[in-house]
Amino acid sequence: MPKITFIAHSGQRHTVDATSGLSLMRAAIDNNVPGIDGDCGGACACATCHVFVEGAWAAKTGARTQQEDDMLNFAAELRESSRLACQITITDDLDGLEVTMPEGQH
Amino acid sequence: MSAVLKPPAAATLSPFQAAAREKIWSMPLEELHPADPQHFVDNVEGHIFDRLRAQDPVHRGHSPVPEVGSYWSVTRYQDVMYVDTHPELFSSDWSQGGITLFNAPDGERLPMFIAMDPPKHDDQRKAVSTIVAPANLNNWQAEIRERTGRLLDSLPRNEPFDWVDKVSIELTTCMLATLFDFPFEDRRLLTWWSDVATMNKATNPEALEPAERMAELGKMLGYFTRLWNERVNAAPRTDLVSMLAHGAATRNMPPMEYMGNLVLLIVGGNDTTRNSMTGGLLALNDNPEQFAKLRANPALVESLVPEIIRWQTPLAYMRRTATQDTELGGKKIAKGDKIAMWYLSGNRDETAIDRPDEFIIDRARPRQHLSFGFGIHRCVGNRLAELQLKILWEEILKRFPVIEVLGEPTRVRSSFVRGYSKLMVNIPG
Repeated sequence: MPKITFIAHSGQRHTVDATSGLSLMRAAIDNNVPGIDGDCGGACACATCHVFVEGAWAAKTGARTQQEDDMLNFAAELRESSRLACQITITDDLDGLEVTMPEGQH
Repeated sequence: MSAVLKPPAAATLSPFQAAAREKIWSMPLEELHPADPQHFVDNVEGHIFDRLRAQDPVHRGHSPVPEVGSYWSVTRYQDVMYVDTHPELFSSDWSQGGITLFNAPDGERLPMFIAMDPPKHDDQRKAVSTIVAPANLNNWQAEIRERTGRLLDSLPRNEPFDWVDKVSIELTTCMLATLFDFPFEDRRLLTWWSDVATMNKATNPEALEPAERMAELGKMLGYFTRLWNERVNAAPRTDLVSMLAHGAATRNMPPMEYMGNLVLLIVGGNDTTRNSMTGGLLALNDNPEQFAKLRANPALVESLVPEIIRWQTPLAYMRRTATQDTELGGKKIAKGDKIAMWYLSGNRDETAIDRPDEFIIDRARPRQHLSFGFGIHRCVGNRLAELQLKILWEEILKRFPVIEVLGEPTRVRSSFVRGYSKLMVNIPG
């Protein structure tokens, strides 16, 4: 199982065993990682699973979709590295992935 | 599809509710008119949505009010989600009729960003959205808590009073005055303008005549234009008027567009949270075992708040207009058709929410409700609304072991704003 680390705005780290094939949002929710809300259940419709994917990991997690881009457009702290975790599918390639989270989901 | 073809046993319903349910379940489907505001006054709209979800989830209804006319009702959670997340098929634009089923005549149509499509919607929304971003919410907390505590301490004891007026309206109006940096002594004007804006003579005989209504909104515009003029020449500040006056996408708005966006921000920041403040007290009163659970564990306020917002669904629907011929739930929707996405109904859909007809304050995923909408028009103030409700209930629990609800509330005559105009209560002590 790929290990994924979610780093909160405060710096607190949560490392979870994720399941390949499910979304990064689910990996957080199913492991009760605070700071990821996922209010819409993964429909790319609320932007409450906002994460930052930096550096080399960005290439492995892929590019934003149009709908994702539309939703992120309204997120606080929007950055180049902003993604919605519900739109990233976990694969074995993502073992060791670290993502950071904004101050709050909105 | 597990269609429920007969109404469930009415054992737990009052005789009035049981009779209403029986009547609604025996009417021809095509005669059902869920947007009739009388259903909401009588508190029987839920029976209609139960039936539609089971038997005709995308339903064509007809209103005798010509400005409403024929409209589709989308009643299932997943279909509501689909419409809300396909703005290219289902427009919100005010020029198409906007977000309510009532088509206002030309002079009364107000442009506002909730009733716009991209890209203009996006630019105007961004001009104000930072005021309710997470970083700013932290700044509001202490002020909201202090104000809430002071208000609760000032409430009458051993003497019946109206919870809507003294608590729900007062707290949300104070918040709105703070957001606009509006003169505090005049804050009840905001409440009045909010009520005026959502009034509609065609569906509510008690409403103002259209010309009077527009005249009142004109007074609102006049008042806010004075505030704009004071602030546009000053350095940008963090209140909503200053943000609009300095924002690139909003600083050149024509007067009607300023009026429209004011209505949006006033109604959006007022009616909704107001009615959830009242609805929450009612729900806890109706479910004493949940209230007891909350008192035993005040940390449950975190999940109580989204459950109140689901349970109340203070905006029962949002309207869209089809931009092209399309299909939904097996029904052919024609270009130009009106569609009501019934958030209230989706929030009672058992295929999306476990035991949806029960008020449960410790749900595992309490925020997966439709009350804020989804997609690009999702409520911009959702986290501020939750914060106000959270603080209210935390402060109530510190003070009052009992709040007695004295009889039924008076419900607002509207199928859009699902709310209360009066709820008498007594606090012993």
